[in-house]
Amino acid sequence: MRRFVDLHLRPSLGDLNHLEKMIGKSYELGYRLVGISLPPDIRQDKVELLKKICNDIGVDLVTRVDLTPKKPQELLRELRRLRRKFEVISVMCDSKPVARQAAKDRRVDLLSFPTDSRRRFFDQAEAELASQALASLEISMALLLSLRGESRTRLFSRLRREAEIAERFNVPIVVSSGATDEYLLRTPHDYAAFATLFDLAKPLGLRALSHNPLDIVKRNREKLSPNYVALGVRIIKRGKNC
Amino acid sequence: MLRRVRQRYLVLRIMSEETVNKEDLIKAVWNAVLQLYGEYGTSQVNLATIEVDPERNCAILRCSHKALEMVRASLASITEINAKPVAIYVLGVSGTLKSLRKKFL
Repeated sequence: MRRFVDLHLRPSLGDLNHLEKMIGKSYELGYRLVGISLPPDIRQDKVELLKKICNDIGVDLVTRVDLTPKKPQELLRELRRLRRKFEVISVMCDSKPVARQAAKDRRVDLLSFPTDSRRRFFDQAEAELASQALASLEISMALLLSLRGESRTRLFSRLRREAEIAERFNVPIVVSSGATDEYLLRTPHDYAAFATLFDLAKPLGLRALSHNPLDIVKRNREKLSPNYVALGVRIIKRGKNC
Repeated sequence: MLRRVRQRYLVLRIMSEETVNKEDLIKAVWNAVLQLYGEYGTSQVNLATIEVDPERNCAILRCSHKALEMVRASLASITEINAKPVAIYVLGVSGTLKSLRKKFL
C-alpha cells in the first residue's frame, strides 16, 4: 500500500494545541510521514517532544529545515552547519546564483522557488544540475491554493513548464502542502487532482506525494545513521571478533 | 446508438468553523469549477448536488466520470465560503449512490 508523505507542514511551534491539531488532521487525511519546518537553532529536547507527539498520533516525523540564503557562500556555510542536524534540507532559491549552487550541491534535498514566476529559475540548466545531485523540485500547494486570478494562472503556466523540464531530466517532483493551518490541508488524491492543473498526470502526482519524498527520507536517514560509511558501504557489525 | 453517460458520486466532508448551508456550498463549488475551467469546461462536468447535510458537514455530489479529477481539483481549490476559512475533502468516490452510502456514510 502507498504511504503518503507531506514533507512541508508549517505549524506554529509555540502552540502545541495547534501543532497537535495539524498533525492529527494530516493523519486523518491519510499521511503517515510528515515533515515539519523547524528553526535551525531548535533544541534537541523540543525535537524529541515533537517526535513523541507525532508517534502518539501515529505519524512518523521528518525533521526539516528551510534555508533562504542570499548568496551561494551563505548557503554553503549553512549546509556545513546544518546538514547532519536535519533529515531534510530545503533551499528557497531567491536568486539565480543560489539556485545553481543549491542544484549542484548533493547536501540539498529540495529546491523551492518563490511564487513570482519571474523569479523561478528552474530551467534546463538547473534541472541538469539537480538531476546529477539528486535534488528534487518542491511544489508547495498552499501557495497555489491561496493565489487567485492572474497570478495563479501565470504560476500554473510556469509550473507546467517546470514539470515538463523535471520529467525530461529525471528530476523528482515533491508535492507538499506548505500549510500553516489545517484549512490548507487536503487529501493526497485531492492534491494529485489539483496538480493535473499544471499537467502533472495523476500517477505522477501521487508519486510526488509518496515515493519521491519517501526516497529522500530513506536516503537521508541511512546517511545520518552511525553505521553509514559511504554510498553503498555501511557497518553491519561492530566488536572485537569482526 | 448513444452510449450511456457514466457518473461518479462523491462524498464530501466540509471543515469549517461555522455551519455551511446548502446554497452557499453549491455556489462555492460551481464558482470554483467555473473559475478553474471556465464555462466550456464546466459544461462537461455535468455537476449535480444530490444532498447536503449541514449538521454532519457532509455532502454528496454527482459528476461525469470523465470530469472526476476536474471536480476534485475544484473542490480542493475552495479555501473560503462567506469569507470564512473552509476546507473540503473528498472522502470517497463511487459509481452508484447505493455503494457510496454503504462504504462511506
